[in-house]
Amino acid sequence: MRGAAAVFTKDLYGELRTRYALNALIMFVVVTLSIVLFSTTGETVSPSLSAGILWIIIFFAAMSGLSRSFVSEEERGTTMTLQLWVKPTSVLLGKLAFNALLIYVLNAMITTAYLLTMPTFTIQSPVIFLLTILIGSFGLASASTFIAAIISKANSKGTLYPVLSFPILLPLLMSVIDATRLSVEGAPVASAADDLKIMISYAVVVTTVSILLFDFVWRD
Amino acid sequence: MKSWMKILIGIWIAAVAAFGFAMPIGEIPGLGPKARIIFFHVPMSWLAVLAFFMSMWYGIGYLRKKDMTYDVKSATAAELGFIFSVLATITGSIWAKFNWGSFWNWDPRETSIFVLLMIYGAYFSLRSALEIEERRASLSAVYSIVAFVTVPFFVFIMPRITFSLHPGGGGSPAPIVNANGKMYMDMNMRYVFYSSLIGFTALYIWLFQLKTRINLMANRQLSGEN
Repeated sequence: MRGAAAVFTKDLYGELRTRYALNALIMFVVVTLSIVLFSTTGETVSPSLSAGILWIIIFFAAMSGLSRSFVSEEERGTTMTLQLWVKPTSVLLGKLAFNALLIYVLNAMITTAYLLTMPTFTIQSPVIFLLTILIGSFGLASASTFIAAIISKANSKGTLYPVLSFPILLPLLMSVIDATRLSVEGAPVASAADDLKIMISYAVVVTTVSILLFDFVWRD
Repeated sequence: MKSWMKILIGIWIAAVAAFGFAMPIGEIPGLGPKARIIFFHVPMSWLAVLAFFMSMWYGIGYLRKKDMTYDVKSATAAELGFIFSVLATITGSIWAKFNWGSFWNWDPRETSIFVLLMIYGAYFSLRSALEIEERRASLSAVYSIVAFVTVPFFVFIMPRITFSLHPGGGGSPAPIVNANGKMYMDMNMRYVFYSSLIGFTALYIWLFQLKTRINLMANRQLSGEN
């Protein structure tokens, strides 16, 4: 656990010093959101459609930002040093914690910007929405962190990342989009129970599998 | 595989095809003769899933033993699975055009096979992006395991909670297979269906052995030349 905390603080300090990921991601969100707004001017976007668009922005923002955690180690040639000093599980947990934090910050910004600019996107059931963002983002961070570890060893990393992540993330994306739609429509909390159950079991399953398999990815 | 077994598989599949088209299958409400697709489409989907499982199984074998033969088998199973999932998608899509009016409806089962195709696509992309053999073997094995554990979310959860057009799904009559797992097929239909499952599975085993031998030889030739 101390190793994981050390990896997490290392990444956090690195990020706070350069603000590389966060700056690029904020610009990415601004660009994507403007494209969405330009293409929907004068249209009334239905609430369920706006829920889908929100998760398209979150998915691609995650795909452009979260791979850095492992790719940067590989690019700077620091993978060996980490292998020598920290246990594999600690590396994974540290990176996962950092990516989860990153995506929480990112989602807070995306949601705020989206709520301000998208007139039809109003959250009627805040409980469903908060739970969706909390659990869904963690599942997203968990799967993408592990896929990032895999693609950091491959060629053409940037293209490969969304390709590998999409089929893994799809069950999660389908349930978060459905739950977000319910929260926009103002459905009672109980009606989102199925989606929330899928999200929780997805997060648990993916996190467990990635902890079990990380050894094979990390030390090859 | 002995040559008499290959001949037997050929005759078996031909017989299944003949009976599948010609055998009287009784009155099935809402589907009629269109229900005959079950003899071919369902075994193909079954093999698409079975091959995916086998690919993961050999992947685990590689991670445990670090023997390249397992990696070759894993890749071979994935290749065959990809072919069968494409076949299942095409036959299903043509059938959907005549039964539901359009080639693609994003029915939960269509979504599942789509995801399976995406996983196979991602698996092959990953393999071609990794140059070092051992790394390719272990990382693609890991990927297929991760992909496999997320598949149950589609195959089992999604079709049960979402509206489905497929016979037996939430929104349509269930003349053949219903949600409780009960089957309503008459005896003729049942015999042809199970024979078809057996025939297709035997075909898969034969193709798998053949393709594994070819791939192993190709590998040996590559390493021999270097």
